[in-house]
Amino acid sequence: METLLLWLFAGSALIAAALMLVLRHPMRVALALIACMLSLAGVYALLDVHVIAVFQVLIYVGAVMVFMVYAIMLLDVRDGSFTRRFSRLLLPGIAGLALFLAILAHGLWRALPAPSAAASGSLFALKDFSIAFLADYWLHFELVSILLVAAIVAALAVLQIGRRKHG
Amino acid sequence: MLVFVAFALFAFGLLGVIVRRNVLIMLMCMELMLNGVNLSLVSFAQQTASAAGAVLVFLIFVVATAEIAIAIPIVLLLVRRKHVMDLDAYADLKG
Repeated sequence: METLLLWLFAGSALIAAALMLVLRHPMRVALALIACMLSLAGVYALLDVHVIAVFQVLIYVGAVMVFMVYAIMLLDVRDGSFTRRFSRLLLPGIAGLALFLAILAHGLWRALPAPSAAASGSLFALKDFSIAFLADYWLHFELVSILLVAAIVAALAVLQIGRRKHG
Repeated sequence: MLVFVAFALFAFGLLGVIVRRNVLIMLMCMELMLNGVNLSLVSFAQQTASAAGAVLVFLIFVVATAEIAIAIPIVLLLVRRKHVMDLDAYADLKG
């Protein structure tokens, strides 16, 4: 039953990702991406990585995609990218991607480790994850906060430049 | 076998960045690439039963948030100047 659900979620994530390539309006692409992310959250939950599943919904769908949807509503520009969806790199892109995938699949097929015994779910429980996170990886946690501050300052600087140029 | 799903997600994202014209759609395809990497990290973390993969996924979340926080203002500035979202219109932005 769980395996069936897992493949159901994985399949819907793949379908949503494929839809992102062909849909025309950015808002529909955003909705397809949200569907893909929610399916991935279901996959993570079925894999017993509940922390990641919660963060996937909270951060990705709740913050990043809402921000993206706001940007789409703000910038409702109808231009050439509506009538012609694909750039002139369509055929070279597909050819290069097929080559890339062939090389990657070849390498992966040889190097894939044998699936070990079922992973212990306790390692990814919230308590153990938090203890491991803040005991072993506290430096990364602090570096991430510095990165976020830098991103905020950079965003403000970008907007300031635009304001100055426009008077 | 979830690794192959992750590969497919990454490949779809990469193809979207290459072939689509709209700037916002290209940004969203970049997010899709990050999602594929996250899925592969989680499945590898499951196979090796280590918490490092899950921590790395958390760090990727933050990087994706920071990326969007920078990228959207840049797109806003660009579109405010030319009123197009077609990336070909910005081909003069070199050098």
